Amino acid sequence: MASTEMTVSMTVNGKPITATIDPRTLLVQLLRENLRLTGTHVGCDTSQCGACVVHVNGQAIKSCTALALTLDGADVLTIEGLAPADGPLHPMQEAFRENHGLQCGFCTPGMIMTAVDIVRRKGHDLEDRTIREELEGNICRCTGYHNIVKAIAAGAKTMGGGAPTSQAAE
Amino acid sequence: MYAFTLHRPETVRQAAGLLTKNEDGKLLAGGQTLLPTMKLRLAGPPQIIDMTKVEGLTGIEESGRGVTIGAMTRHYEVNGSPVVQQAIPALAKMAGMIGDPAVRHRGTIGGSIANNDPNADYPAACMALGATIITNKRRIKADDFFTGMFSTALGPTEIITKVSFPIAKKAAYQKFRNQASRFALVGVFVAKRGSEIRVAVTGAGSNGVFRVPSFEEALKKRFSPKSLEGMTIPADGMNSDIHGSAEYRAHLVGVLARRAVADAIGKPIA
Amino acid sequence: MSGTGIGAAVRRKEDQRFITGKGQYTDDVARHGQAAIYFIRSPHAHAKIKKIDTSRTEKMPGVVGVFTGAQFAEDKLGNLICGWTVLSKDGSPMKMAPHAAIAAGKANHVGDAVAVVIADTLAQAKDAAEKVVVDYDVLPAVVDPMKATAKGAPLIHEAAPNNTIYNWHIGDADATNVALKNAKHVTTLEFVNNRLVPNAMEPRAAIAEYDAASGSLTLWNASQNPHVARLVISAFVGMAPENKLRVIAPDVGGGFGSKIFIYPEEVVCLWAARKLHRPVKWTCERSESFLTDAHGRDHVTRAQMAFDAEGKIIGLKVHTTANLGAYMSTFSSAVPTFLYATLLSGQYAIPHIYCEVDAVYTNTVPVDAYRGAGRPEATFVVERLVEVGARELGVSPADLRKKNFVKTFPYQTSVASLYDAGDYNASLQKALQIHDYKDFGKRKRESERHGKLRGIGFANYIEACGVAPSSLVGQLGAGVGLWESAEVRVNPTGSVELLTGCHQHGQGHETTFAQLVAERLGITIDQVNVVHGDTDKVQFGMGTYGSRSGAVGMSAVVKALDKVEAKAKKIAAHLMEAAESDLVFKDGKFTVAGTDKSLAWGEVALGAYVAHKFPTSEIEPGLKESAFYDPTNFTFPAGCHICEVEIDPETGHTEIMSWTAVDDFGTVINPMIVEGQVHGGVAQGVGQALLEHTVYDTNGQLVTGSYMDYAMPRADDLPSFKVDTTFTKCPSNPLGIKGCGEAGAIAAPAAVMNAITNAIGTEKIDMPATPQNIWATLQKMNRPQQAAA
Repeated sequence: MASTEMTVSMTVNGKPITATIDPRTLLVQLLRENLRLTGTHVGCDTSQCGACVVHVNGQAIKSCTALALTLDGADVLTIEGLAPADGPLHPMQEAFRENHGLQCGFCTPGMIMTAVDIVRRKGHDLEDRTIREELEGNICRCTGYHNIVKAIAAGAKTMGGGAPTSQAAE
Repeated sequence: MYAFTLHRPETVRQAAGLLTKNEDGKLLAGGQTLLPTMKLRLAGPPQIIDMTKVEGLTGIEESGRGVTIGAMTRHYEVNGSPVVQQAIPALAKMAGMIGDPAVRHRGTIGGSIANNDPNADYPAACMALGATIITNKRRIKADDFFTGMFSTALGPTEIITKVSFPIAKKAAYQKFRNQASRFALVGVFVAKRGSEIRVAVTGAGSNGVFRVPSFEEALKKRFSPKSLEGMTIPADGMNSDIHGSAEYRAHLVGVLARRAVADAIGKPIA
Repeated sequence: MSGTGIGAAVRRKEDQRFITGKGQYTDDVARHGQAAIYFIRSPHAHAKIKKIDTSRTEKMPGVVGVFTGAQFAEDKLGNLICGWTVLSKDGSPMKMAPHAAIAAGKANHVGDAVAVVIADTLAQAKDAAEKVVVDYDVLPAVVDPMKATAKGAPLIHEAAPNNTIYNWHIGDADATNVALKNAKHVTTLEFVNNRLVPNAMEPRAAIAEYDAASGSLTLWNASQNPHVARLVISAFVGMAPENKLRVIAPDVGGGFGSKIFIYPEEVVCLWAARKLHRPVKWTCERSESFLTDAHGRDHVTRAQMAFDAEGKIIGLKVHTTANLGAYMSTFSSAVPTFLYATLLSGQYAIPHIYCEVDAVYTNTVPVDAYRGAGRPEATFVVERLVEVGARELGVSPADLRKKNFVKTFPYQTSVASLYDAGDYNASLQKALQIHDYKDFGKRKRESERHGKLRGIGFANYIEACGVAPSSLVGQLGAGVGLWESAEVRVNPTGSVELLTGCHQHGQGHETTFAQLVAERLGITIDQVNVVHGDTDKVQFGMGTYGSRSGAVGMSAVVKALDKVEAKAKKIAAHLMEAAESDLVFKDGKFTVAGTDKSLAWGEVALGAYVAHKFPTSEIEPGLKESAFYDPTNFTFPAGCHICEVEIDPETGHTEIMSWTAVDDFGTVINPMIVEGQVHGGVAQGVGQALLEHTVYDTNGQLVTGSYMDYAMPRADDLPSFKVDTTFTKCPSNPLGIKGCGEAGAIAAPAAVMNAITNAIGTEKIDMPATPQNIWATLQKMNRPQQAAA
C-alpha cells in the first residue's frame, strides 16, 4: 500500500520549515534526511538509547519515537541550534568538553539535550544520584558515565550563573 | 514501518467515526509503545488515527473525592501535578517512574491503559486505586477493564476519554525493573481507602495485571508490612522468561508488597 | 612539561564538532543518487536454502536491484577470511570454512544474509523484501559449544569435521600435572565466560560508490582500520585492486573491537554499487547489529591452581572450549589462544602452566575480539582462582597475591610472555589505601544491620598490549605485520599535518597525537592537524585496537619526528652558518651553543621550503618524513582494581558501592583521557559481570536481540570511580607507554565476581550475576538449611 504524502510545518532551531513527507516519517528522519541536521543520531530501534533526544516545545523527547506529522506547528530544538552558529557554546556543551564527558561523541548530542532538560526540570544544584536516575533513557558505551555525571553537574551550575565548570574554577 | 494513512481528527466523535469506518484503524496517543512496535514491523496498522489534536482530552481536575485525568494527559503532567501530588501522592510518584524522562514527555495515561501491556505501570495503579475508566460510551471499573494481556474491555469504536481516581493518601508503588527494558519485571501498587485495601500487581502475571486477595485480607487486619511477613503467592500463572522465572517473580511480589506497604505508612524499608 | 605537552590533561580538540552536532559519522554522509540496501537474513539458525523467488519484487516501487547469494557467487569473488592461522596440537592448520558475503546453499546462523534488496529508499527496500520468498529446509542447529563436538551434532561446515576448528595448547602438560599432584592444595573452578554483544553506540554503516570514469570504488565504512579493510577486500575478496579502492573511516562512534573486522555488508555494498552504477548505503539497525556484529568472549573453562604448603602457586592447568560461532571472523582464531593463554601467569610467578583450547563452530553469530579480547578471560581464570584459593586456604587475598607476585624483571613466564617491567605490589598497596580496605569489616557490619550482604573483591590483572612485534606474530600465524606508520608533514610556516595509520573512535588521538608533536617541535597543539582514517591520505596503517595506538602508533610518530628534527637541524645549521654538532633544538628554537644565534622552528621550516641557503644536491628541499615502527615486545600494563558491593538478599540486586582502580600504564600522555578510558572499560566489565548476557534458545534463536532483553549498563548501574596510577616505564618503546584502553574491561569482571561471591558465600555462580541469578543462588544455598530447621 502506498502512503499519501502530507505536509508538515514546524520551527526547527528558530527557522520555519515545511516538508511534504510520507506519514511514516519519524521526526528524526525529517531532521536527518530532509533537513540534513545530522547531529541527532539513531543508536537503537527500541526507543531506549537516547541518541536521538531533541527538544519539542521546550521538552526533551525521543525523536525516533514521534511521527513528524503529529508535531505540526511544533517548535523543535536540536543540538545544532543549542548555541548560536558563530556565538559561544551553550554552558552544557562547554561542560561536556571541560569534563571529558564524551569519547566517541555519538551519544553526546542526545546526552547534552537531555542534560539541558534535566536542568530545566530539576534546577542547578544536582546531586549525582539525581543525574544518574535522570539518565535512565540515555545509553553511553564509552565513558562509564562518570564524566557525563560530572559534566552535567558542572553545566547545571554554570547555567544557573554559578561558578563555571570545575577546571576553570581552579 | 509499514505504510499507513494518517488521520488527524479534532473531536472524539470524529475519531470514533474514523474507527467505525476503518475496522483496522488504530489510535495513536503518545506513541511510546505503538511506534516502536511499528518501527520493527511487528505491527502494521494501515490506518493511524492521531489523537494529538482532539479537544478536551487533557487536563487534571479534582472533583469531590476524586481526581480525573484526561486520556491524553502525559506522564510528566501527572507526575508534576500539584493536584495529584496532594490527593494521591503515590499516583504522581508512579507516573514519574514510567519509562524515562523523554518518554514521560510523550506517553499518555490513556494510551498506557488502552494498551494494557503486561509490564506497564498504570494498570496496577488503576486496579489498586479502584479507578474508573471513562470512555466515549460508558464508565468502566478498573476491575472489569483489564481483561488479559494486551486486552481490555474496550469495544472496537470505544475511546478512553478520562480516568477517574478516588483519593487515596495511604498508597504506594514499588517497581522492580527488568534490567534491560527497564519495564516492570514486577510492580506492586498497594492502596488503602477507608477499610478497603487493594494490592495490584503488574509485570508478574501471565495474564496481565492482577490483585492479590490473600495479601489484601492480611492487610485488612493490620495495614503493616509485618502482616505480609512470610507470605508469598503461588508461582502458577506467573510469567517466566530469561529475566525472571515464575518463582522469582512470585517471590518479588511478596517482597515489593511489603515494601510498598512500608512506603504507604511512611516507614520505608531501606 | 608544557601546558599542552606530554602529561597534560589537555581538553580535546575533536570535541568541538561532537558537542555541536557537527561530527560526520558514516550515516551522516549522503552521496548524490544514493540507494538504500536491505539485507534479507535467515530466520533459521541452520537451514538449506532451497529456492529464492524474487519475482514479486519486480513491480514494487523504487526497487533497483534484488540479488541472491547465487548471483554473488557467479561473480567469482573471494570469501571473507580469518587472517591468523592457528595450528592444532598435531600441527595441522585450523579448519577455516568458506564464508561468502551472501550465503548460497546454506544459512548457518540467524541473521546470515541470504539476499539483498536495493531501492531508492530504505522503506521501499524493506517493503520489497517482504515480497521475496525464501524456501528453506530447516536443519538441526547447535548453539552450545560443549555440544558442538558431540557425536551426532549437526555438522555446520564440511571443512571442519566435528565442528572443530582447532585443538590448541601451550605450556608443559607433564610438569603441570606433576605440580598438581604434589600440591598441598588445589583450587578448582568451572565456569562460563559469558558471550557479549559489543554495542558501540554508532551502529555499523557503509556507503559504496563506483566511479565508472576511473573504474574505482570508494567505501565509507565505520571501521577501526580502513587500510586492513581495503587490503582484505582487495587481496582476498578480489573486489578491486588496492589502487582502485579507497576506504574512508570518518568519525566512528565507538568500536571496542567490533569494527576491526571485515564484514559481509561492506563487501556487498561495493559489489552492488558497481553493478548498479549507483552509490549504495547501508546503516545497521540495532536489532540487526545483534545478529551481525561479531560477539565477544563465550568460553567454557575448567581450571585448577596448585598451591604448596607456603601458599606459593606451583602450577595452573586450564581447559577452555571457545565458541567461535558460525564463521571464523577476521581475528577470531587468535583471541582464545595467543591473546588468552599467554596471559595465564597473571601477575604471578607460576613455574608450570598448561592450557588447552578447543575452538568450535556453532550456529551462532561469529565471535571475535571485544574490548580486552582474551585477556579479560585470562584474568578471570587467574584472579578467580587466586581469590578462591585464598578463601580455601584461609589467608588474606591481598597477602596471597603479594606472596606470588613477579618481583624481578624481565620475567619469562611459562606461557611465552616476557614481562618487561612492573611493580605489582605498588599498585596493590596504593589501591588498598585508597579503597580504605582496612575498614571493610566495619562497612560490612553496617550493611548487615540493614539486612544487606556486603562483599569485596580484587582483580590484579595483567594484559599484553602494543600489538605487536611483526616477526613474532608472524611465527604465531598472523597474516599481517602489526607495526604502525606515521608521516609528519611540516608546512612552510611551521604548522604540521600528522598522518597516522591509527584510527580514533573515541580515544582522542586528534588531541594526544597533537600533544606529542607540539611538545617535540615547540608549537601549539592547534598547529598540529592529525589526519587518519582515509586510505587516500594515509599511505598504510594497521588501525586501532588492542590498546596499541600509544605504544605503537605514537612510537612511529616519534621515529618520524626524529627524522624531521635531524633534517631540520641540518638545514638550520646552513641557515645559521654553524656546525650541525653545535646546534641545540629546544622549546621550538634552534640555538648555536655558546652564541646568541638562534632560529625559531617556523623560520627553519620556511627555510626548508624556500631552499635558498642550503645545497639541494646534499639536502632535499622540503620537510616531510615518514616512519614505520615495529615494536620489539608486547607491553604489559597491569594494576589492581578493588570492587565493593552490597547485595539485597531479598531481591538479589547488587549495588556497586565503590570502585578503586590503580593502574600502571607507563607514560601517560593525557591523564584526563586515560582516566576516561579506565571508566569506560570498567563499565563494560561491570556490564559483563552484572547485566549483559547473550542468550540463544536451543533452536539457535537469539533471545536477547535488542535492548529490550540485552541489558546495557546505564548511569544508575554504576558508581563514580576512584582512579589512580603507579608508574614503571615500558622499556621497549621510546615514550615508555604501555596502553590503557582495555584495562578496565579486563580487570572488572573478576573484581565484581570476587566481591559478589565474597558477599554471598558461594563460588557457584556464573556471570552475569543478575538479581534473579543471585536470588536463585541464595535459594539453593538456603534450601538445605531450611529443611534442617
